[in-house]
Amino acid sequence: MTDRPLQVVQITSVAQETPSVRTFSFSPGFSFRPGQFVMVTIPGVDEIPMALSRADAITVQKVGDATAALFRAGPGDLLGIRGPFGNGYPSLGRTLAIAGGVGAAPLRPLVMSGTVGCLIIGARTADELLFLPEFRLKTNVMVATDDGSAGYHGLVTGLMKKVPLAEYDQVCVCGPERMMHAALQALDSAGIADRSFFSLHRYMKCGIGICGSCCIDPDGRRVCRDGPVFAGNTLIDSELGKYSRDASGRRKPV
Amino acid sequence: MRIEPRPVSVGGVTLSNHCILAAGVLGTTGSSLGRALANGAGGVVTKSIGPCPCDGHPGPCVVEVEGGLLNAMGLPNPSREFVDEVKPLAGKPVIVSIYGGNAHEFRMVAAWFEGIASAFELNLSCPHAAGYGAALGTDPLLVEECTRAVSSLGTPTWVKLTPNVADITLCGKAAERGGASAIVAINTVKAMRISTALKRPVLGNRYGGLSGKAVFPIAIRCVYELFEVCSIPIIGCGGISSAENVVEMMMAGASAVQIGTAVKDDPLIFRSIGTELYSDAGVPAESIIGCAHD
Repeated sequence: MTDRPLQVVQITSVAQETPSVRTFSFSPGFSFRPGQFVMVTIPGVDEIPMALSRADAITVQKVGDATAALFRAGPGDLLGIRGPFGNGYPSLGRTLAIAGGVGAAPLRPLVMSGTVGCLIIGARTADELLFLPEFRLKTNVMVATDDGSAGYHGLVTGLMKKVPLAEYDQVCVCGPERMMHAALQALDSAGIADRSFFSLHRYMKCGIGICGSCCIDPDGRRVCRDGPVFAGNTLIDSELGKYSRDASGRRKPV
Repeated sequence: MRIEPRPVSVGGVTLSNHCILAAGVLGTTGSSLGRALANGAGGVVTKSIGPCPCDGHPGPCVVEVEGGLLNAMGLPNPSREFVDEVKPLAGKPVIVSIYGGNAHEFRMVAAWFEGIASAFELNLSCPHAAGYGAALGTDPLLVEECTRAVSSLGTPTWVKLTPNVADITLCGKAAERGGASAIVAINTVKAMRISTALKRPVLGNRYGGLSGKAVFPIAIRCVYELFEVCSIPIIGCGGISSAENVVEMMMAGASAVQIGTAVKDDPLIFRSIGTELYSDAGVPAESIIGCAHD
C-alpha cells in the first residue's frame, strides 16, 4: 500500500445546484463504482461521509457545522479524502432509479452511465430538483414535488404507482429516510423487494468497518462496509424508517 | 502448534474460545456485538461506556497507516442508554468496558450493568481523552483505587493497561492489589501522523493511538513483563491477526487474547483463527501459557 493516511485534493470549482445544495469539484478524481462514498475532511473542522456524484465531485446539502464549513470553501482550497468506500449499486440490467432530494447525488453516476431506463425524482419544491437538465438528456424522467410546483403533486411513491415496477431488473433508490421506507413498502407490495437497492445514510466515524457507529439493527450490518447499498428484502424488518443513532450511539427516531 | 478445544474460563468469565473481540471495535450496538458472537468471537468487549453521553472527537477519527490503524475516537458512547443495547445479550460472554474520571464515576457506571455484564473491563488506558483513560491509568495509585471501586461490586473486573508508561508492571501490580480478576494488555500506543499536503496532523484530535500488526511486538513485550510479576490471568491484546500470533501471545503469558484491528480486513477472523488454532490432537492451552519464561 502507499502509506498516505489521507489523500489531499484541491477544489477546482463550486456549482450552486439548488438553493441548499452545491457541487464541489476537485482534482484529482477517483476510480469508483456508482453509489460509493468518500470520507471528506474539512481541515481543522471535521470529517463527513459524502457520496461521489462524479469521479471528481461531491454534491452537498448544508445540514450542520461541517457542511457549513465546507460551504465556506472555494476553488483552490484543500480537502482530505479517504476512500472511495462501500459497495455501490449493482448493475443487474434494466434499471429504475428513484431519487429524493439530495439523494439524487449517489444516483447521478448511475443515470449518467446511461443504464437507467426511467428515473423518478422528487423534491420539496421545483427549486430543489437536482441535476434535472442533465438527467433529461440521459433518461426518461418523472418529476414529483411536495408542493406541486413541478410535475406530480405529491410523493415519489405516488408516481411509482404509474410505473410497471416488475418490468425492471433492478430498482435503485436514495433519498430521505421516510421516502425510502415508503418506497420499500411499495416495492415489497409489488413483490420485487429483492431486486431493489437502497443507499442508506447513517452517522459514520471510521468508514472502514471497524468502529461500529453505523451498524444497523437488527443484524448489526455496517453501512460503511457491508453497505451503503442494501437489498430491500434485507431491510424489511430493520431500523430503516424507525430510528438511527447519533454520534454518541443514542437512538433518535426518524 | 495447535491447542485442544476445551471450555475456556478466564478472569471469571466463561468464553466459547480464547479469542475475544477487543473494546472499541464494532461494539457500539447490541446487534453488532451479537453479530461478532455469531461470527465466532469467544466473547465480546463493548465500546467504553462513561458517565455521560459523548459524541467523541472531530474527524478524521481513524486513518489507515502502514501496519495498522491510527485512531482518536474520543470515547463516543451513549452512556446509560447502552444498558438497553446489551440487555438482550445477558447470559452471553459480554464484557462491558467502562471509563470514568475518577473511582466514583467508574463505580457508578459499572453499577448500571450489574447482572447484565459477565465482567467489566476498566478503560484506564485510552491515550487520547483528556482526563480519562491513560490520564488515570499511568498512575498506579489511581489504577488501584479505580479497580477496587469496581471489583468490590462483586462482578469480575478486568483492567486494560496502557503501554505508554516506563514500567507497565507497576500498573499491573496496582490492578492486582485493587482486586482485578484479569489484566488486559495493551491498549493503543500513543502516536501521530502529519499530512504533508495540509501541513497539519491527520487526526482531528491531532494525537491518537496506534493499533494493528505494528504494535504486536510491543504487546508481546508488555504481556511477558506482566507475567513475570502478576499472578492473575493476563489477556493479550495488540496486533493479533493469526493463530500463530495467538500461540505466541500465550507463550508470553496470555491466558486468552483480544482481537480488534484485524477484524477490519476479515470480519470472520474469529472463525478462521479458530480453525487454525484448535485441533483434537492439540496440546492443552495451559501447557503453553507463559512457556517462554525460564
